[in-house]
Amino acid sequence: MTVDSTAARKPRRGSSKRAGAKTRAAAPGEPELVQLLTPEGERVEHPDYSIDLTADELRGLYRDMVLTRRFDAEATTLQRQGELGLWASLLGQEAAQIGSGRATRADDYVFPTYREHGVAWCRGVDPTNLLGMFRGVNHGGWDPNENNFHLYTIVIGSQALHATGYAMGVAKDGADSAVIAYFGDGASSQGDVAEAFTFSAVYNAPVVFFCQNNQWAISEPTERQTRVPLYQRAQGYGFPGVRVDGNDVLAVLAVTKAALERARTGQGPMLIEAFTYRMGAHTTSDDPTKYRRDEERELWEAKDPILRLRTYLDREGLADEAFFAALETEADALAKRVRDAVRTMPDPDNMAIFENIYADGHALVDEERAQFAAYQASFAEESN
Amino acid sequence: MAAEKLSVVKAINASLRTALENDPKVLVMGEDVGKLGGVFRVTDGLQKDFGEDRVIDTPLAESGIVGTAIGLALRGYRPVVEIQFDGFVFPAYDQIVTQLAKMHARALGKIKLPVVIRIPYGGAIGAVEHHSESPEALFAHVAGLKVVSPSNASDAYWMLQQAIQSDDPVIYFEPKRRYHDKSELDRSAIPAPLHAARTVRQGTDLTLVAYGPMVKTCLEAAAAAEEEGKSLEVLDLRSMSPVDFDAIQASVERTGRLVVVHEAPVFLGTGAEIAARITERCFYHLEAPVLRVGGYHAPYPPSRLEDEYLPGLDRVLDAVDRALAY
Repeated sequence: MTVDSTAARKPRRGSSKRAGAKTRAAAPGEPELVQLLTPEGERVEHPDYSIDLTADELRGLYRDMVLTRRFDAEATTLQRQGELGLWASLLGQEAAQIGSGRATRADDYVFPTYREHGVAWCRGVDPTNLLGMFRGVNHGGWDPNENNFHLYTIVIGSQALHATGYAMGVAKDGADSAVIAYFGDGASSQGDVAEAFTFSAVYNAPVVFFCQNNQWAISEPTERQTRVPLYQRAQGYGFPGVRVDGNDVLAVLAVTKAALERARTGQGPMLIEAFTYRMGAHTTSDDPTKYRRDEERELWEAKDPILRLRTYLDREGLADEAFFAALETEADALAKRVRDAVRTMPDPDNMAIFENIYADGHALVDEERAQFAAYQASFAEESN
Repeated sequence: MAAEKLSVVKAINASLRTALENDPKVLVMGEDVGKLGGVFRVTDGLQKDFGEDRVIDTPLAESGIVGTAIGLALRGYRPVVEIQFDGFVFPAYDQIVTQLAKMHARALGKIKLPVVIRIPYGGAIGAVEHHSESPEALFAHVAGLKVVSPSNASDAYWMLQQAIQSDDPVIYFEPKRRYHDKSELDRSAIPAPLHAARTVRQGTDLTLVAYGPMVKTCLEAAAAAEEEGKSLEVLDLRSMSPVDFDAIQASVERTGRLVVVHEAPVFLGTGAEIAARITERCFYHLEAPVLRVGGYHAPYPPSRLEDEYLPGLDRVLDAVDRALAY
């Protein structure tokens, strides 16, 4: 599916392309929101973004979201049990992540922040690999080139520039892959994100900026980040921006596919604002009851991304009880695998402190490594 | 090829040209590096010969320059970025310290970050604020970075070649007050290792250690001291991370005295580290405490005062006298 830049820049209301489906119209004054599946689980059409998925593909998206949520819940529990030092939950953002993650091609490259567990899932990164940094055994630990999924980046927004540089390289290579950079509404305030917008625009880099606006940057609401809808920022940099219902996996998939295709065909960057909600805390360290009202969460729970696809699958008879039962069993098995993996995850060897600091070596590191080894060995001698 | 005599600026230009010719993955990036050839003309003519895709004029955004260079390195390129002046590196400091320095370790060694950051540094050119600083200690303190500074045309050429070939990020400080000093470059020579200090003058009474712009000052001090019958050895450190402590130790074991000279503030500077390490290593060889000569714990002053702030011949010789008086 392709979409021209004008269409991407200005999502228009119009007649449905698909007979029998409804078209959602934005309320007056409300920013345009691309939606293909309503919170009630009704299929609607959008004039610029359409998608036609098989029952198998729809069940696949559902499975991805359920398993990701289960993995996330298990990690949160493991943190509460003291097995992880910290966890950044994605609860509520499954559609934004699965929809965008499934839109990427194997040769695309993904630059995540630290909450993209669902995107990692789509890229084939083993979920247990994500837990090392939260358990404190490494600072990332996977090979980014294995699944074209870069390391989690803790400093807010830095990776938007890495993605842009990488995309500049893709263009230099003459390759037709695309790059996608994830960040949140809080990161939109960072200079690095603004600089990434500038660089990507002036070099026409094949990069898609995927902002998950989950409404909160720890305790700071979106109103503390911006006075205009975030997707509208793109216009000032000279590329299109679009707001998509981040809890609608079909809409996210359609919009991200279009944006990536746009990038691949040399039409430059695009900003997607996935309008979603973080149902849990920013991380296990904060307490959202101190800064937001229960009613707000309840409002968003009614828009739950998994629930709405389930309603659609049920209504259209696209999945039977056996599918849901098997998925439940699969989720249980995944949770157990994650739990076992975390509990048996070995602490790194002491000498890991000195490993991989420099590719070509460094005299001071060599000296200190030797001192440390001798110091450690002295304990062994004492105990003999 | 016979040795040629050329300025530091021309040597760096020649080095970049060689790197661009030898490896299609090498890129030159920075503000004004293209048509203008850089504010110091270090990149003069490179864009004309290698094109806008290899010699890239960037937006005026230092974090963006370094951040995109990281992305390009992840894609397999070897970017050589120019920060226009020393005091302008700080908007990029976050990218350099939190990202560039650590990414190799975070990926358990699976990815490499061959990025070179060229920074014209130091004073004595009568510039305005933020154009005369010596922030090398701030980078040397960060594990994952290598920090070097040539003092002459030959080192300027060869050390940049070596920095570009290194798979580690290298901060390459260029002594801007020495940009137009000429010296010999032998392009067929076998260069010294990037991080080896070099004895540039032999002596028996005291060792002077310096790097970058202060090497010339120290050589002048040694020549002046000779007239007073003092024999000073001068070591060009060349690398601030790692530091060639073995070379300094060998010299101090012969001379018994050490004075470290740099433009950067003395407090917590490269000289402090050298003084501490050499005191540990050479305690029984030292006839005097290790002394340091450098900038003050003050912002770099307005240029009308910079001669007072910067170590000159007299301040170096004064420290030499104090060390010899023990």
